[in-house]
Amino acid sequence: MRYLPKSPSERKEMLAAVGVDSAEELFQRVPQKFRLREPLALPRPLSEPEIIEYFKARAAENAPGYTSFLGAGVYQHHRSVVTDSIVQRGEFLTSYTPYQAEISQGTLAAIFEFQTLMCQLTGQEVANASMYDGSTALAEAVLMAERITNRKKVLVARTVHPEYRQVLATYAKNLGLEIEEVGYTASGQIDVKQLEKEKLASAAAVVVQSPNFFGVLENIDEIAESAHSEGALVVTTIAEAVSLGILRPPSAADIVAMEGQALGISPSYGGPFVGVIAAREKYVRQMPGRLAGQTTDAAGRRGYVLTLATREQHIRRERATSNICTNEALFALVATVHLCLLGKEGLREMAMQNVAKAQFAIAELEKIPGVRRAFAGPVFNEFVLEFPRSVKLMNAQLMREKIIGPLAIGLHYPELTKRGLLCVTETMPRPEIERLAAAVRRVLENPV
Amino acid sequence: MYPAGYRYTKDHEWIKIEGSIGTIGITDYAQHELGDVVFVELPKVGAQLESGKSFGSVESVKAVSDIFIPVTGEVTEINSLLVDSPEKINQDPHGAAWLIKVKLADPKEVNSLMDAKAYEAYIAEKAQEQGA
Repeated sequence: MRYLPKSPSERKEMLAAVGVDSAEELFQRVPQKFRLREPLALPRPLSEPEIIEYFKARAAENAPGYTSFLGAGVYQHHRSVVTDSIVQRGEFLTSYTPYQAEISQGTLAAIFEFQTLMCQLTGQEVANASMYDGSTALAEAVLMAERITNRKKVLVARTVHPEYRQVLATYAKNLGLEIEEVGYTASGQIDVKQLEKEKLASAAAVVVQSPNFFGVLENIDEIAESAHSEGALVVTTIAEAVSLGILRPPSAADIVAMEGQALGISPSYGGPFVGVIAAREKYVRQMPGRLAGQTTDAAGRRGYVLTLATREQHIRRERATSNICTNEALFALVATVHLCLLGKEGLREMAMQNVAKAQFAIAELEKIPGVRRAFAGPVFNEFVLEFPRSVKLMNAQLMREKIIGPLAIGLHYPELTKRGLLCVTETMPRPEIERLAAAVRRVLENPV
Repeated sequence: MYPAGYRYTKDHEWIKIEGSIGTIGITDYAQHELGDVVFVELPKVGAQLESGKSFGSVESVKAVSDIFIPVTGEVTEINSLLVDSPEKINQDPHGAAWLIKVKLADPKEVNSLMDAKAYEAYIAEKAQEQGA
C-alpha cells in the first residue's frame, strides 16, 4: 500500500471516472449545515528542521537523574538493544494489519509465536494476537465472560487496579452490565468471605488481579473453586507480567487479561503498550480480536493464517464478538523478541531479582520508626507502606533529592491515607534503595 | 427435496411438528449457501425462546449466521451430535442434523409459516434474483 498523495492529474482522472467535475460534488448529499466551511484549526505545517527542533524541545522535558520508585501498572525493566534492532526492521515497523495472509507470513508467524509464549506464561490454552492494553483486555475478558455465562453481573475486587476498574466501568455503562465491588482484608487480598454463594450464582465472573494493585498475590485457586461451584468464571488480570517468571501461572482462571508492558516495552509516556487475552480453548469462539493460526498449504508446507475471523467485525458487523478489529502487532513483537532473548532461565532470574530487591527495600524502610507494611500478604516487586505522615508532603521533599517516591494511594482509596505504593525492580541498584531509605528517614525526622 | 410435512421460514429454518413438540433445523438451501459448517452454537435446554429471535449461530468457513426461531417455546432438547460433528449439517440438514426441539407455547403459530411448495417457490425466486 502506498501512502503517497494523489497528483492533481490523478485526481482529475478519478473524478472523470465517477462522472463528476470536482471533489466538492461528491459531498452534494451532505446538507450544507453539516459541511465544514473553513479549514480545520490546526497549527501550520512545520519544515523538517523545525520538526527536529520541536522534538528536541519535547525530549528536553524529560527529567534525567531522578530515581523512580513508581510502579502501579507501568514497570521499569532491563531491555536489550537487540529488541529494537529487530523490531525496527521495515518489514515489521510499517506493515499493515495482516488481512491478507498470503503476503503477511512474517507478521503472522511472529503473532503465532507471541500467542504461544502468552499461553505458556499464563497457563492458558489459547491466546489472541493481542489487545490495546491491560485495561481494555480486562474489559473485553469481562464481556467474554458475560457472553459465556449469559449473566449480567460481575464481582470485581477492589484490589484490581483503580484505572482498570474505570475502563471496565466505561465499557459496562451502556451494556447493562452490573459491577459489584468486593472489598479486601488486612492481608491486602480480596475478601473471599464477601463472595457469598447467592452472589456467585448470579455472577458472570469474579475479577481479580495478581499481583494486585497493592502488590499482593491473590489466591486464584481458592477463588476459582468457590466461583466455579456456582457457575461463575474467574477472570484474572495481571499488570506486572514479569511476576510470571517465578509465580505459578493462573491456570485455574478461565480468562486471563494481562498488560504486556513489563515484557520489554519502554514505559514511555504511559503507552502505547500491549494487552494480552488468553483463555480456555472451549471459549475461543467468544474471544475478541484476531487469532493467528498455523496450517499447511496445498503443497504441505507450513503457513500462517488469521483464523476464526468470521467472528470479527469486518465480516460479522454488529454481531461481532468485539469491535476490536486489529491488534498491537509491533508491541506484541517486542514482547516476543524480548522473551526469546531472555529465555526461561533469564525471565526466572529477572523475576527472582525483583523479589530479592523488593524484600531488601521493605527491610530497609521498615527500620525507620513509624514505617511499616500496610498489608501482610505475600508480594512480588511492589508493596504498600504506612507512613507516619502524608505521603504527598513527604514526596515533595524527596523530589528535592531527585527521588520520585511512593504513589499516594489515598487518591484511589480514601480509607488509605498515609499509605504509599512502592515498586523496586531488578533495575534498581542497591545504593539507590539505601539512598531512598536514608532520605525517607531524614524527611520523617525533619518535617518542613 | 424439501419434506412435505415441514414448515419453512424466510430465514431458511424448518420446523417439524409432533404433538406439542417442534423440531427445528436449517434447510438444504441454507447449508449450501453457508458452505462447510465448522461450528454450531445452540441454546441451553430449558431456555425460553421468543418467536423471531436469534437462538444461536451456525459458523461456516465463510461466515457466522444467526439462526432464528420461528415459534415461541421452551427448549427441551439440543442435538448433541452437532457438537463434535457440525459437518452433519451439510450432509443431512433435514434429518440427523436437526438443531433443537422446543415445546410450543402456541401450536397455531406454525400456520403462518410456508409449506414445502411455497418455500420451493420462494428459493426459486431468490435464485432467479441472484442470477439476474
